[in-house]
Amino acid sequence: MDAILFLIFATIAVLCAINLVVQKHPISSALSLIGVMASLAVLYLLLGGEFLAAVQLIVYAGAIMVLFVFVIMLLNAGAERRSNRSLMATLFGVPLLAAFLALVAYVIQRGLPPTEGVYFGGFTQGTPRAIGRVLFTQYLLPFEVTSVLILIAIIGAVVLARKEI
Amino acid sequence: MQSMTSVPLSWYLILSAILFALGVAGFVIRRNLITVFMSIELMLNAVNLSFITFSYQLKQVDGHIFSFFVMVVAAAEAAVGLAIILAIFRNRSSLQIDDISSMKY
Amino acid sequence: MEFYIITLVKAALIAFVLLTAAAYLVWLERKVLAHIQLRLGPSRVGPHGLLQPLADAVKLLTKEDLIPRDAHKPFYLLAPLLAVSLSLISISVIPFGPEVEIFGYRTYLQLTDLSIGVLVVLAVSSLSVYGVALAGWASNSKYSLLGGLRSSAQMVSYELPLAITVAAPLLLANTLSFRELVDSQAGYYFGIIPRWNIFQLPMPQIFGFIIFLIAAFAETNRVPFDLPEAENELVAGFHTEYSSMKFAAFFTAEYINIMTICCVATLLFLGGWQPLFPAQYGSDFVPVLVNLGAAAVALYHGLNPARPKDRLTLPVVAAVFAGIALLFLVPFLKPILVPLFWFATKTGLLVFVFIWVRGTLPRFRYDQLMKFAWTFLFPVALLNLLATSFLVAVTSK
Repeated sequence: MDAILFLIFATIAVLCAINLVVQKHPISSALSLIGVMASLAVLYLLLGGEFLAAVQLIVYAGAIMVLFVFVIMLLNAGAERRSNRSLMATLFGVPLLAAFLALVAYVIQRGLPPTEGVYFGGFTQGTPRAIGRVLFTQYLLPFEVTSVLILIAIIGAVVLARKEI
Repeated sequence: MQSMTSVPLSWYLILSAILFALGVAGFVIRRNLITVFMSIELMLNAVNLSFITFSYQLKQVDGHIFSFFVMVVAAAEAAVGLAIILAIFRNRSSLQIDDISSMKY
Repeated sequence: MEFYIITLVKAALIAFVLLTAAAYLVWLERKVLAHIQLRLGPSRVGPHGLLQPLADAVKLLTKEDLIPRDAHKPFYLLAPLLAVSLSLISISVIPFGPEVEIFGYRTYLQLTDLSIGVLVVLAVSSLSVYGVALAGWASNSKYSLLGGLRSSAQMVSYELPLAITVAAPLLLANTLSFRELVDSQAGYYFGIIPRWNIFQLPMPQIFGFIIFLIAAFAETNRVPFDLPEAENELVAGFHTEYSSMKFAAFFTAEYINIMTICCVATLLFLGGWQPLFPAQYGSDFVPVLVNLGAAAVALYHGLNPARPKDRLTLPVVAAVFAGIALLFLVPFLKPILVPLFWFATKTGLLVFVFIWVRGTLPRFRYDQLMKFAWTFLFPVALLNLLATSFLVAVTSK
């Protein structure tokens, strides 16, 4: 069951990611990215990260990507122009990418110490309670610093959105 | 029973690597500013998957915290980045990265 | 195996009840709006227009299905599908009653209980903006695009106060599961005031409840925040270019969303299926009395008819209500039906408020809408959360 679920959603994620890269229109890419995020949320659930799965959908798919879609719709961005690509890139790009991935997969397979597989329920520390406990004790300072970061981002966005720039 | 249906840890890592590589490819070959930005988000997502996989492997919650922070940073980055894209579009009426080759004017 | 069968039966039952309720919610809305505006409302198809939803379904199914020539076809077709399926997902984590025993099986009146149920509802509601935004973009029409743009900005803005007000009752209950949330609201202060979250010490969530309702109006694109489909400026907003079943899909999604968010408000703030006053004062007999009262009213109007046909129809209605009242007295059904009655009553009252507001309030202007969200609703929600968390921290052991 775990393997079936993993294979289904990993396939969806990879197909959506490929679609993101090959689509010419930004809104198609944005929707593919939402597909990747949703299937990754399912994989997080399989890995025991129930809180992260919910946050992935709420923050990533529900807020950040809405912003992207909003901007694409607002600018009414059309399909992108083809720019003059080099012949070498078109010829060797995809094979080289595949070769690189094969290398990475080989290294991961060989370099990883033998471990038992991932099964649902093997990790139960991903609950909101457990994450909150660690976040507000061990990682309190980084947590506070990120709030400052967000404040800076808000101010930056407001400044950039003014008319004069 | 569990060992029969379980998924090797490396599959998750390889999936993460594939997604990251596709993100890099999109970053390099796309010519639309927003799509390039989305490729970066894809790379961040791939890294998050790695974090959570390792968190499972080490039976520690720290990986979840890291990916939580990555999401927070991504949110901040999206707000500022999209504001910059809007400003660029107002000035140059184009989202093609080839058109944005000079620092000013 | 037993688990799968029970779950399938529950899913089929919930889907059937939900879709029927959505259809009759349209009838109810038209009827209530009509009476607010001193009209009769639907009254031609069946007695009191009760068969109107069926007629509407037939009409929508048989209409010509138009796809605009310049529409982006895949997304144009995807949008209504997305809207209706996302609206159906979140009902699966909502409990309607406590654990009950049916034919020897102990089961919960809920499809599935998740430890992160509240987060799932928030996640799905934050995704549901895509149906509207995509419809607006893919139709390739200026009205649709404006509707889609407005809705994505509006739903992102109002989700913030919504999520922050949801956090306050979660602090009181110390859980994210809907069922535990309702269990934490059981009991009474001084034996009479229910410990629902809008009354619960140390911080009654009455303000949170009001903020939640306001944000819920915006999240479901209802009057006074129905700018995505503002009829008199945008024709029909994001679904201008949709016809036939695809239009019906958006319509169904809207009404299911209303019901879901009313269920969530009931669970979070109004104590779910917990009765208004303790059982020893006879709260179990309230459903019987309410239904008998309805039967008496219907019988009175049937005996003094305003229209000739009422002489036939209203006594039948009275008999139906009396029958329902008797069902609540059957000892075997009582533990199932009484909690369901309280849950349905609270949710139904909230749905009525949605319709009532539509009948009485004018629409906001777009800048007013944004200003209201960011300069009033958001700070107030934040203050509510701060006060709640402070009081919880002070009073907890």
